[in-house]
Amino acid sequence: MRSLGAVLLLALGLILATRGAAAPDESQLARGQRVYQKWCYPCHGPGNDKPGTVAMAARGQKPAVLEDRTDLTAAAIKFPVRQGVFFMPIFRKTEVTDADLDAIVAYLMRNNKPSAQK
Amino acid sequence: MRLPPGVTSKDFSDALKQFAEAVGKDWVFSSDDDVALYRDSYTPFWHEEEEPIPSAAVAPNTVEQVQQVVRIANTYKIPLWTISTGKNLAYGGSAPQLSGSVVLDLKRMDRILEVNERNHYALVEPGVSYFDLYQYIHDRGLKVWIDPPDPGWGSLVGNALERGCGFTPMHDHFDAHCGMEVVLANGDIVRTGMGALPNSKTWQQYKYGFGPYVDGIFSQSNFGVVTKMGFWLYPEPEAYFSGNVTVPKRDDVHALVEIFAHLTHSGVVQGTTSVIDMPSFAPPDPQLAALRLSGDTKALEDYLAQKGLGYWSLDLPFYGPAKVVAAQWEYSKEKFSSIPGVRFREVESHRFPLDAEQLAKVRDPVPLGVPSLGVFMNGGPRGHGHMDFSPTLPMTGEAVLEAHAVLDKAYRDLGSPTDAPPGVPVFAFFPRALVILYWIPIEHDVEKNKRSRAIFRGLVKTAAERGWGEYRTHTAFMNDVMDVYSFNNHALRRLHETMKDALDPQGILAPGKNGIWPKHLRKEKA
Amino acid sequence: MTVPPGVSPKDFADALRQFAEAVGKDWVFSSDEDVALYRDSYSPLWGEPDELVASAAVAPDSVEQVQQVVRIANTYGIPLWTISTGKNLGYGGSAPVLSGSVVLDLKRMDRILEVNEKNHYALVEPGVSYFDLYRYIQDRNLKLWIDPADPGWGSVLGNASDRGGGRTPMRDHFDAHCGMEVVLANGDIVRTGMGALPGSKTWQQYKYGFGPYLDGIFSQTNFGVITKMGFWLLPEPEAHMVGTVTVPKHDDLIPLIDISAYLMNSGVVFGQTRFATPFFGGAAEQDAALAALQAKPGGASKEDLEQYVQEKNLGYWNVELSFYGPAKVVVAQWEFAREKFLVIPGVTFQETKMLRFPMNAQELAQAPDPVRIGVPSLSIFGIGGPRSQGHLWFSPIIPMTGEAVFEAQKVFADAYREMGLPVVAGGQTFFGPSSAYPRCLLILFGFPVEHNAEKNRKNREIFRRLVHIAAEHGWGEYRTHTAFMQTVSNVYSFNNYALRRLHETLKDALDPKGILSPGKCGIWPKHLREARAPKA
Repeated sequence: MRSLGAVLLLALGLILATRGAAAPDESQLARGQRVYQKWCYPCHGPGNDKPGTVAMAARGQKPAVLEDRTDLTAAAIKFPVRQGVFFMPIFRKTEVTDADLDAIVAYLMRNNKPSAQK
Repeated sequence: MRLPPGVTSKDFSDALKQFAEAVGKDWVFSSDDDVALYRDSYTPFWHEEEEPIPSAAVAPNTVEQVQQVVRIANTYKIPLWTISTGKNLAYGGSAPQLSGSVVLDLKRMDRILEVNERNHYALVEPGVSYFDLYQYIHDRGLKVWIDPPDPGWGSLVGNALERGCGFTPMHDHFDAHCGMEVVLANGDIVRTGMGALPNSKTWQQYKYGFGPYVDGIFSQSNFGVVTKMGFWLYPEPEAYFSGNVTVPKRDDVHALVEIFAHLTHSGVVQGTTSVIDMPSFAPPDPQLAALRLSGDTKALEDYLAQKGLGYWSLDLPFYGPAKVVAAQWEYSKEKFSSIPGVRFREVESHRFPLDAEQLAKVRDPVPLGVPSLGVFMNGGPRGHGHMDFSPTLPMTGEAVLEAHAVLDKAYRDLGSPTDAPPGVPVFAFFPRALVILYWIPIEHDVEKNKRSRAIFRGLVKTAAERGWGEYRTHTAFMNDVMDVYSFNNHALRRLHETMKDALDPQGILAPGKNGIWPKHLRKEKA
Repeated sequence: MTVPPGVSPKDFADALRQFAEAVGKDWVFSSDEDVALYRDSYSPLWGEPDELVASAAVAPDSVEQVQQVVRIANTYGIPLWTISTGKNLGYGGSAPVLSGSVVLDLKRMDRILEVNEKNHYALVEPGVSYFDLYRYIQDRNLKLWIDPADPGWGSVLGNASDRGGGRTPMRDHFDAHCGMEVVLANGDIVRTGMGALPGSKTWQQYKYGFGPYLDGIFSQTNFGVITKMGFWLLPEPEAHMVGTVTVPKHDDLIPLIDISAYLMNSGVVFGQTRFATPFFGGAAEQDAALAALQAKPGGASKEDLEQYVQEKNLGYWNVELSFYGPAKVVVAQWEFAREKFLVIPGVTFQETKMLRFPMNAQELAQAPDPVRIGVPSLSIFGIGGPRSQGHLWFSPIIPMTGEAVFEAQKVFADAYREMGLPVVAGGQTFFGPSSAYPRCLLILFGFPVEHNAEKNRKNREIFRRLVHIAAEHGWGEYRTHTAFMQTVSNVYSFNNYALRRLHETLKDALDPKGILSPGKCGIWPKHLREARAPKA
């Protein structure tokens, strides 16, 4: 179970996230994880109830869970968010601001091997 | 002969002549004797100038006749006051709000258009009373229940439009309706919900239709004349059981109401109940009266304990399969057992159907879906009627205590005509709110009635100060009540008036109902 | 840059500037790139000249800002299209009916104003999603359930105002609401029900208030902008289980539905019920043996199919009954239900494990159907398969009888064949039926949407045809996609469109300049009516 402190930080972050702002002292990675958790995880997390993951797996993508990938590029992440792809719809700036999106990119590319980063 | 306000003698007699051509001369009432039949039998203005009295009455028999009457009224600017069965006693009866209105009496439109046993619904006209529909169902042995209010001669359509209620799981009458047909002020006929689809198969099965859900605007208002209404009925259950819960201390009310809220919002308890405070309802006795005035709660609690009575009492009604009902009662007792000293008692238990002999033995048949006029005994053999003051309260023990204290005090301060504060149960008539019902007696005494009216108005203001608004009110007080719904400088009334001017520009439908006046009669508000 | 119809470029530029003064320039979107974010991701007109698209978007953060935006729109005659979270996928997403409208995006207004645990209600702003409210309740350990729509990122308020539904006992979302606050086209703020009483203590406890009950006129319309809405919540129940009743023969559907109706209408079954047959959307649909039967001249007969299910131990029909409440009550309810269904020869029963609440995180993760137990999810998006580019719904309401289901099967199967579309054995072309709303059945046709104009055009024709066929049989839709709002609205024609006339009378009174969501559910402002709202 999460600690109270983490819960409070998450709560604060969630409140501020809707204003398109970073929580104080929040690193870009932490912000990226927070925004990812809210907007991406329900479709892209692990599990058979996560349609994004299920579709990726069905289309042969390995690993199918986004967070586990180490080969994503900024463009490959931003394009579907702003243009949609298959049944993934477009996300607006009142949901995921440009700064949020940059943070998601940083988060999802956090484990990329140096040569894969663009 | 009275004239409707603003209508010339000539225009009025032309209108009456045309009404007669539309509905037949037997069904236009303009003699003083005939018109007197439309007075409010419980009027708080008995023998006063102020008593609103109609100028005539017209009783159509079909929707087409209603359209014609409405068009004639539009032509001559005759204000109409619609009644279904006109049994709105305690809330204004059959009399209009605007003296001189012509009563549009829909009692003759009393067809039961359909009762569907498989899908448990009915479609009725305004003149159908609860007794009528009950008889129809009973005669055919259909396994469906109606939900009658107290009393049973009212109109299903009329009561639902006033948003009245009953006792069974279908007790919220407006909520139980499904689909309407309405004649608008311009004579147009509209069917709402799925009725707008010609030959719809689901008019009484799906409420909302497509686009805006307009039904609500025709309830407690004057935007149209409702000529048909569908109702969801309750399938005859296997069993009924009611169990009493009594708690010993005044402060037990908090847990009592909280647990009740949990049970009813969870669907474990589906019927209605009342929260009875025993100090008001215990057998009268000078010692009790003194204790009530003393303010000594502990002494009062001791007295009640000694008499084996408890402080608060609640009957929980259960409807459904016998084994389910038993499990629901068990669960309820488990929950209430957290209150020290709680006592439980089995009150009444039935299996359905009941034959005539069994039914005759039932103490109060209304919660079993059987209409009755028994409620009229409540005023005593010499009663002349009453007015209902009915604010809604949050469903909490705090609200019950506060309401009792505040309203009892206000009632006394305003000069109650009776000596003791009235015993007032708090009803759980609506799914998630409580209602307190004060019966303010009507007498054939001008001074006493004047005082009662002043008390009523004072109570409206006092309740509003506490954030409690009435769910419905007597025609005599509709303006007073609408006045307290003043958020954002009476924005809601502005919206009502915008709609009124659009839907009834000549202002012929029930002027003044629920505080909604047509333009030419609107008073300037601050 | 597109300009709203009937608005001059100068007026539009002035309006945009004033919008920016009202909400801050960061929250006015007018670049092509930003406005593209408001396209309907599942548009059946994708990429075509007729695709419904906005001209700009404005995102206020408070009721006062909404009032200002509305006043500015009124001044310049700018059509607005309100979205709450704009997740209306399958029914039009975030795009307006009138191309060139400015989207009024309320997502930033996402405050949860109150959650009352003792009296089981919440008061929220439009931007609050089911996920948001669920997390709020979980974080505070409140013993309350929400009733999520299938995709959990939708707006609690937006979905209810579109009269969407869910699965638990509180599944009729509009019915579960209590009290609203609305900004009218003239900028006035109104609170409905008990909210009109200043300091009211029962705004979220008593629905109707005093006088006309107006809330319904703000659902599925364009008569105002809802800025707050109260909701009744279900107290966390002790237990939940699903009982499945399976019957062997085609005609068994009639008593199956009659008994289910009795149980639901009596309150013995408290949650949603879903009827299904293995021939549509089930395992059997892909079976080669079944395909062979269907390939016979005249297709598979009723007896063929009854024999098939008998051999496969499948059952011809089943119904899932959802129970919620105290464990002992649920057991008694399910036992009673089984007693009633025993009149059907060959009936069999199955039940899920009884779930007890509260559940810990591990138990929740393993729950087979989280939406049914008040947990929001996005799993519904998998419905079209991994390469789906979206879908839209055709959603007629039919009576709650087996005969009505048979009629719907026949009518739509005939229509499909006539249009050259495949029909599975058994002839069903729709999901369900289900009791999404009490006392009637909802059948759902899923139409795939693709980035292919030819396919989309064909599907649109099919959709329109189905709307008319349904209407001919007395079946209307409960809701529809923005692209078909006119088509659907046109079948509600009783007494020569009397209801539409009433809608238009109200529209002209409440929004004389016609700035709020023109065309929503077929309601057009006066100046656009002639061209847009033809009578059949």
